[in-house]
Amino acid sequence: MSLLNVSDLRLSFGGLLAIDGLTFSVEEAEIVSVIGPNGAGKTSAFNCVTGFYRPTSGRITLRGRDLPGLRPSAIAGLGIARTFQNLRLFGELSVLDNVRAGTHLWLRQNVFDALLHTPRYRRSERECTEQAHHWLDFVGLRGDRYGAARNLPYGEQRRTEIARALARRPDLLLLDEPAAGLNHGEKAEMLDLIRRIQGLGVAIVLIEHDMGLVMEVSERVVVLNFGKEIADGRPEDVRRDPAVIEAYLGSDAHA
Amino acid sequence: MTSAVKVRKVGTDKPPTRASKFLQNRWAGLAGLLIALLAPFVNASPYALSVMTSAAVFVMLAAGLNIVVGYCGLLDLGYVAFFAVGAYTSGVLATRFDLPLPVTVPFVIVVTVIAGIVIGAPTLRLRSDYLAIVTLGFGEIIRITANNLDVTGGPSGIYGIPHLTESPVVFYYLTVVVVSLAVVGAARLGRSRLGRAWRFVREDEDAAEAMGVNTYRVKLAAYIAGAVWGGLAGVLFAAHLSAISPTSFTFLQSALVLMAVVLGGMGSIPGVVVGAVVISLLPEILRDLADYRFFLFGVLLIVVMLLRPQGLWPARSREVS
Repeated sequence: MSLLNVSDLRLSFGGLLAIDGLTFSVEEAEIVSVIGPNGAGKTSAFNCVTGFYRPTSGRITLRGRDLPGLRPSAIAGLGIARTFQNLRLFGELSVLDNVRAGTHLWLRQNVFDALLHTPRYRRSERECTEQAHHWLDFVGLRGDRYGAARNLPYGEQRRTEIARALARRPDLLLLDEPAAGLNHGEKAEMLDLIRRIQGLGVAIVLIEHDMGLVMEVSERVVVLNFGKEIADGRPEDVRRDPAVIEAYLGSDAHA
Repeated sequence: MTSAVKVRKVGTDKPPTRASKFLQNRWAGLAGLLIALLAPFVNASPYALSVMTSAAVFVMLAAGLNIVVGYCGLLDLGYVAFFAVGAYTSGVLATRFDLPLPVTVPFVIVVTVIAGIVIGAPTLRLRSDYLAIVTLGFGEIIRITANNLDVTGGPSGIYGIPHLTESPVVFYYLTVVVVSLAVVGAARLGRSRLGRAWRFVREDEDAAEAMGVNTYRVKLAAYIAGAVWGGLAGVLFAAHLSAISPTSFTFLQSALVLMAVVLGGMGSIPGVVVGAVVISLLPEILRDLADYRFFLFGVLLIVVMLLRPQGLWPARSREVS
């Protein structure tokens, strides 16, 4: 059984068909990229998988379990974590607190532990701080961890968001344009980071416009255009696919 | 992994400054408590004690509303509803069933939790501005209900609620102890898993959901905690005045508590304590100005908000390790 199965997914907003029959699957610890021109429905597909949108029809299952209809937090509880296209950090909170958010589902403490500062409270707080440091180390954050997240440079904020998602210790990580706005050096580091995340046994679905990165890192590439899936295969095959070339360059272009 | 560990050494373990240490650690809280404990030695007239007791109760209200507004970012314009529910529950049980006030406390907690759920469950699905309007409505509904029911004494309210103690000084100290515990409790909740979840919701609800925070339940928890704090403050209020009536629970009260939270610094425990003390004591200090005191009170508030829009003692993003 695949880790994630999306079959014949459709999503419409009123008369607009944002996703029109998307089918793909992700195996354990696999990296799959979803590419396509702007407005092709990539992020909408992410939002369907993570429960932020309810698909009009089609099935989404994680290890055989149906996802549509569940709250996003319940889906996160099943082992899916994500990042957002436009960074969604908790700007006023410290960088460490941001990453602590990922540990939310792992912490065992209740209101009385917190009010009485029981040993269990102290232990779980220590644990979650250690976890936060661990994942910030893992993503290689250089900036100040104790200050507000909004004060970090852009590239560092991207890393923090990934650290937050990793602290959730997911089986499946959805990265929405993690390399957007990064410079050349930072992109190379992002590539390395994505590989190291895969090394942890985490499957990754990647939305990305940087074709160099996509071709380098993915095992499979799914191509969307106007909500329709036009290709699904190994990067080297997808790159040569006439439908993909047409979607990206237009039919009259002599690429 | 070894390379990652090396990275951590660079510029992360900055020691906190002395000032931030003072502001964050417990010395500021103990200093505040000391001031409250020593105040009767400066002036122990019945009037002064009554004003200080009211101020302490107001601090508790502000600490409770801070959970809802400051931590969780939910604008509640009807917070006084829970204050009223607590005061009336305790007052009714004490006068009609002759229960001693401390015995009413468990009932008050149960009733305020229920009130928090009843008011919160349908409204917390709404986003900010709608929530503000609906809470405003609930605040009025509770007051008008109390005004019209027989059991609550109608417009004249409930009187003859037994004092906890005959001595105003002892009652003042008792209030200070209870309020201090409530403030410490609110602060501790703020530093817990739940408290962080409240801030995640305040900062970005969608991102919080994506991290596995059930934002609806977390918001309801904030509402219930705020309700319990407000209800217990209501018990102190009833015990202090020994008479309660619907006129004590008007929208103006809700607005004043909210003002204390905003003036002090939303989400900051020392801030809301200072804010509550200022809001409750300033009109008394300005009493010599007679008719002009509320005018000056308003002007001072506007000046503070212009000069320090983040509040007198704002919450800090920086974390002290």
